[in-house]
Amino acid sequence: MRFMIMVKEGETPRDRPPNSEEIARMGVYNEELIKAGVLLAGEGLLPSKLGTKVKFGKKDRKVTDGPFSETKELIGGFWIIEVKDKAECLAWVSKIPFENGEEVEIRQVAEASDFVHDEVSTPWLEKEQEFRDKQKPLGT
Amino acid sequence: MSEAATNRAIEAVWRIESPRLIAGLTRIVRDISMAEELAMDALVVAMKQWPEAGVPTNPGAWLMTTAKRRAIDHFRRNRMAARKLEELGADVQNQQDFGGDDPDARLDDDIGDDLLRLVFTSCHPILSMEARVALTLKLIGGLTTDEIARAYLVPEPTVAQRIVRAKKTIAEARIPYEVPRGAELQERLGAVLGVIYLIFNEGYSATSGSDWMRPQLCTDALRLGRVVAELAPKEPEVHGLVALMEIQASRQRARTAPDGAPILLLDQDRAKWDWLLVGRGLRALDRAEALGGRRGSYRLQAAIAACHGRARKAADTDWMGIAHLYDELAALTPSPIVELNRSVAYAMAYGPEAGLAIADDLVHEPALQNYHLLPSVRGDFLFKLGRRAEARAEFERAAALTRNERERTFLLDRAAASGPSN
Repeated sequence: MRFMIMVKEGETPRDRPPNSEEIARMGVYNEELIKAGVLLAGEGLLPSKLGTKVKFGKKDRKVTDGPFSETKELIGGFWIIEVKDKAECLAWVSKIPFENGEEVEIRQVAEASDFVHDEVSTPWLEKEQEFRDKQKPLGT
Repeated sequence: MSEAATNRAIEAVWRIESPRLIAGLTRIVRDISMAEELAMDALVVAMKQWPEAGVPTNPGAWLMTTAKRRAIDHFRRNRMAARKLEELGADVQNQQDFGGDDPDARLDDDIGDDLLRLVFTSCHPILSMEARVALTLKLIGGLTTDEIARAYLVPEPTVAQRIVRAKKTIAEARIPYEVPRGAELQERLGAVLGVIYLIFNEGYSATSGSDWMRPQLCTDALRLGRVVAELAPKEPEVHGLVALMEIQASRQRARTAPDGAPILLLDQDRAKWDWLLVGRGLRALDRAEALGGRRGSYRLQAAIAACHGRARKAADTDWMGIAHLYDELAALTPSPIVELNRSVAYAMAYGPEAGLAIADDLVHEPALQNYHLLPSVRGDFLFKLGRRAEARAEFERAAALTRNERERTFLLDRAAASGPSN
């Protein structure tokens, strides 16, 4: 089973990149995930002031530049891990070196077989994969 | 938390922490069973204390210290092992301050070495293949005996016995707890990779079955492969095996029709391939290639799989590249099956005549006398060369040899399409 572990930014959105000590501690954790053979991908995201939101109406698209105000819903980064079950996912999550009220959200990743494959969707799923395949995950 | 949930939580922590704990403890107490017991005791203490006192900063180190203290208690009761006690006491003293960065790092390095020792011990050639598989899944993969039994469709006591006997064999033969060096290393590493690939294929060939444990073996083997790749990062064949497994696993959802019929590689819907795994496989192969040296069999097979993995459409396949890789593979590990595959690659790269020249040499090969794919492949080459009557005879022969009903129908259809026999 694959899970995406998303890091929520919390009440005070991060306005600075992580310092070297935080990077080192997270590095130790990431290395443990790699050494255990469970880490498939992972990225950290830049602050929301560099981000943009697009809201889809019936006819128009409303584009809003960051920073975003609803801080509780902001994603700061993510891991995708492959583990036996949700209990194992939780065991890994409990080892994340956070201690200041950070929050993570855990969601199971849909597998390709969870989507409809027909003559309409297949070419597009294929293209999407082509694009995805060109991206190299961080740290590889 | 309900009892079932608590058990699942303990099982999960066990799965991720036990391999390194057992590996480290085995070095100290020189007995795998005792190491397992000590690790389990420590885990039980943790599950009692952590919910109240909080999870320690370094759970792995905490568990190791707790287990070592238990080992000291045990040896205190057993005067025979006074020397071991001294060794252990010194060890615990040296690592008093787990809070600092350096002791942690040192501990991690040691544990990496210990885990590799445990890998080599579990896959030792003195053990039967079944025992190696069971021991590796249990000690390195962190699977329970029950999980292994379900995956291999055997009763749990059978697996439990197999493991007990394996540990006894290791103890009686006084197998040194070490990573082999020099020439022996390559041979023993081959044994380790063989066990992992066997586990992978066991899961890969399981296309049906109501229990998900069997296909899960693919994921377990991949995980084991990734673990060993990080433990022995300078060994190109390890990365080759990981690459091969990642790419093969990427096709898992595309290789069977809804009715269970196998779908050949070239007919698969590539949108259903798992491109995250394809990408990981290609990068693992890059790691292997970057290390240089002569390509081994896993690396060559991975390179062939990668040629398919890089082709978005079957028509884009680099068949010349594949043909050359099969030349290399045939020189390294000659076998009739490799030759047959090589003939297909040559036909795709250079035309049916080139393929037929290789396949014709296999006609008298004893190992392929009852193998339907040889006449099937030759029939295809002959058909494409316009030698229809010979093609028909080959397809009919193949149809008579196959045990698969669907395939027989397909081959008889091709025979009929080849026209009348002479």
